[in-house]
Amino acid sequence: MADKKIRILIAKPGLDGHDRGAKVIARTLRDAGYEVIYTGLRQSPEQIVAAAISEDVDAIGISVLSGAHGYLFPRIIELLKEQNATDILLFGGGIIPDDDIPALKEAGVAEIFTPGAPLADITNFLSSRYAS
Amino acid sequence: MSNKQKWIETTLAKALERGKERKEFKSTSGFPLDRLATPEDVRGDYESTLGYPGQYPFTRGVQPTMYRGRLWTMRQYAGFATAEESNQRYKYLLSQGQTGLSIAFDLPTQIGYDSDDPVATGEIGRVGVAIDSMKDMEILFDGIPMDKVSTSMTINAPAVVLLAFYIAAAEKQGVSPDKLNGTTQNDILKEYAARGTYIFPPAPSMRLVTNLFGYCSVNTPKWNTISISGYHMREAGCTAAQEIAFTLADGIAYVEAALSAGMDVDAFAGRLAFFFASHNNLLEEVAKFRAARRLWAKIMKERFHAKNERSMMLRFHTQTAGCTLTAQQPDNNIVRVAVQSLAAVMGGTQSLHTNSKDEALALPTEESVRIALRTQQIIGYESGVADSIDPLAGSYYVESLTDTLQAKAEEYIARIDDLGGATKAVETGFIQREITESAYEYQKTVETKEQIVVGQNEFIVEKVPVGKLLKIDPATAEYQIKKLTDVRRNRNQELVQEKLAALRAAAETDANLMPYILDCARLYATEGEICNELRAVFGEYRATEVL
Amino acid sequence: MPHKEQPDFQDLLARGQEGDRRAIGRMISRVEASGVADHVMMQQLWAHIGRARVVGITGPPGAGKSTMTDRMVKYWRKKDYRVGVIAVDPSSPFTGGAILGDRVRMNDLALDTGVYIRSMSTRGQLGGLSLACSGAVSVLDACGYDPILIETVGVGQSEVAVMNVADLVLVVSVPGLGDDIQAIKAGILEIGDVFAVNKADLPGADRTARELHIMLSMNPELSADLPPILMLSAEQNKGVEELCESVEERFSLMQNSQELIMRRNRRLEKELMAYIQNRLYKQVLSPALANDSFESNVEAFRTNKRNPYTWAENILKQIQIEGSTP
Repeated sequence: MADKKIRILIAKPGLDGHDRGAKVIARTLRDAGYEVIYTGLRQSPEQIVAAAISEDVDAIGISVLSGAHGYLFPRIIELLKEQNATDILLFGGGIIPDDDIPALKEAGVAEIFTPGAPLADITNFLSSRYAS
Repeated sequence: MSNKQKWIETTLAKALERGKERKEFKSTSGFPLDRLATPEDVRGDYESTLGYPGQYPFTRGVQPTMYRGRLWTMRQYAGFATAEESNQRYKYLLSQGQTGLSIAFDLPTQIGYDSDDPVATGEIGRVGVAIDSMKDMEILFDGIPMDKVSTSMTINAPAVVLLAFYIAAAEKQGVSPDKLNGTTQNDILKEYAARGTYIFPPAPSMRLVTNLFGYCSVNTPKWNTISISGYHMREAGCTAAQEIAFTLADGIAYVEAALSAGMDVDAFAGRLAFFFASHNNLLEEVAKFRAARRLWAKIMKERFHAKNERSMMLRFHTQTAGCTLTAQQPDNNIVRVAVQSLAAVMGGTQSLHTNSKDEALALPTEESVRIALRTQQIIGYESGVADSIDPLAGSYYVESLTDTLQAKAEEYIARIDDLGGATKAVETGFIQREITESAYEYQKTVETKEQIVVGQNEFIVEKVPVGKLLKIDPATAEYQIKKLTDVRRNRNQELVQEKLAALRAAAETDANLMPYILDCARLYATEGEICNELRAVFGEYRATEVL
Repeated sequence: MPHKEQPDFQDLLARGQEGDRRAIGRMISRVEASGVADHVMMQQLWAHIGRARVVGITGPPGAGKSTMTDRMVKYWRKKDYRVGVIAVDPSSPFTGGAILGDRVRMNDLALDTGVYIRSMSTRGQLGGLSLACSGAVSVLDACGYDPILIETVGVGQSEVAVMNVADLVLVVSVPGLGDDIQAIKAGILEIGDVFAVNKADLPGADRTARELHIMLSMNPELSADLPPILMLSAEQNKGVEELCESVEERFSLMQNSQELIMRRNRRLEKELMAYIQNRLYKQVLSPALANDSFESNVEAFRTNKRNPYTWAENILKQIQIEGSTP
């Protein structure tokens, strides 16, 4: 019967409506055999974390192009901590200057993919974490 | 047998025996590209398919003199942080020879939230300037004569509100509405399809669009009421052919909405403007602009029976394609932008924004914006491509591409017609699905290097630290919220409430809401307050997510 | 792989019953991973289940099922019920991957602690849906959710499978799906207890309802007791109340007529049979097949070197089922 599938929540937090990246990632992960829970646009960090917990996902991937990454990523980490759910990985991408990445990783973000990152980088990152 | 066929079977066949071609050549729209276009690939008679600039079907351009009269408007999209800081940037751009302004608003402004709304957290002044009330608009145009400058505003769902702030701020400068010159993007359909800054469901949104048409046709005759935009759908991943089709299908929907609101086609159609992207594939892009122009003229004439030639003219703004910029080796982007600008100019654009090299990394710095503007100036003043009208016309290749793109676009429009028009096609997710599909297909070609992206998947160098990036001061939000609080404190509260209530009551009827919104704006009602009255009556849109 | 604590099921159940959504999430994942709630889990759940009303919602793609589910949840939330939702989407038969997007239409329920929403994929296997899904239903039932709504897209096998999990099936249609009612397959008409015509503000809605009525009337088994057909527009929140009331009414009728008990018994039997078959396959048949698999014999069958039925009998012999035709 079925094995444990890796479940990943893909969301667009904040008000930014540019979802091309999020959708391409969702499809890429689907085609790589993951179960992707897609929650779409304008999700608050609270909604994202609540969904991640109900869905019992292994990881959350978010895409931020609006420059609000400095708020959104740490806020999600903070909420995961409050829920005692730090085993859920947070990764993300978008227009995020290199200079900002160390602080995000410091806050607990597992990985940041910047524009032009090959899709394979993302699937490799996940498969290295979830190799069976 | 034609001479071309003979050539294929003799000279070419021999060459191909000796060595294959590098790859299979396809347009970015997916159709195969002929290796050699010849006169036999160009069908149609010159007079009816190409004709003359300023005359139907406008294939060769909308003005009789094109850039010999005046170069295109060089209009850099800009805006960040507060009205105070953006005002400084605008003055700088004008001093550098820019000829029009283009306002970028932050996301809370674009979605109808005040800066102190909890959902605005982290977003204030990020992707554009924060405008909460007419007060911010006054500051934004401080020292800029509003009767002299032409202003384009990238604002959609709350376009009526921001235009009201603009008109009210102009009144304070002593400028009457009829003197105002510019454009409101006001294109809600592509927000549902690609860009995401919607507020209300389609029906009331379309009402607001046509309310703006109605108000402007009487009060601001020089204002472009809408900029029907393919740009964002292209950025979201659609092809050139889809860009033409989806944009013109949206245009058809707006014309139909205005007609069913009782307007005469020639009363508003001349104020419709368009907005396209320009990509790296130079000749396909030139053909795209020409095909779009010819197809829109045909639609306005044959489908809507417009009488005035102005109603048939597709006048458009172009922005170079943000999605083609690479974060790797960002200086290469200067070259991409130059190629894309050439396409826009040789395609006959009316105005142009050139992206800055660092926009895949952050908002552009002053220096990179200057290079972008200089690129336009070099093309305009040094390259010579603006000296003769529609200079690529008659190229067998460009003409055959123009024909093919028009035909592909017409096929799509027919499918959208079958679905019940663009509004329905968006509600059911057809357009979103097509865009997502194209985006994913494209990404796979980049992944396999079938599509080379220089500096990104080939010709890679070790990462070098990039130079200075623009940072938004974290104190921006605090400052903006304080200003908003002051505005609320210093206005006539009772009168504001009265006018907001009047707006809500009017929203329940079929009235044109623009005068009611203007009343609120003049009293410093905030954008969030105005939009909340409308939310209470119209409800909020929930996306059709298509994957 | 990041370490996940593995608290025992009893512990999770206790936490879940106190409304801990993380614990509920974990329990459902375990059920999903094994494809069925195994006997250890089921023995613990059994004492707590049977209270929830389980409503299956099915219909063609584009019928607005998720929006309808969202509105129905809100109706029951107003009445202070704790509502569970299981949204099932198909997975790719090739990669096993899936994009589960039904939550998008229920996003504003995410912060309501009285609602639990779970997306599930069919995981590409026949019957897999009903086993894992009924396990998830049991978890939610045991944790006090009532009603539980299961949303499935009405293509392929899943609309019939929903009948194996739900007490009552709500079939959704919309006007303008090509040949209208033809879009609803015959099979689906027979399993519907309540019918809804969504997007009733669109032209053609009346016709869709009329055609539904005619189709249902032609079924001799139903002639005495035609299922209700309701018109609504979930998007505009019109007619949702009537629909939910009709569902509730249907439940009381089923309760009074013992129909509910009969259905649940039938379902339990099916479920247990499936469970037994599943275990038999896994623990008895699979090892036998591993030694002498079908694939390894294909060539021999084709070239007549071995008789396939002899092979089959051999397998049966190995698992000690001998003799001729049963």
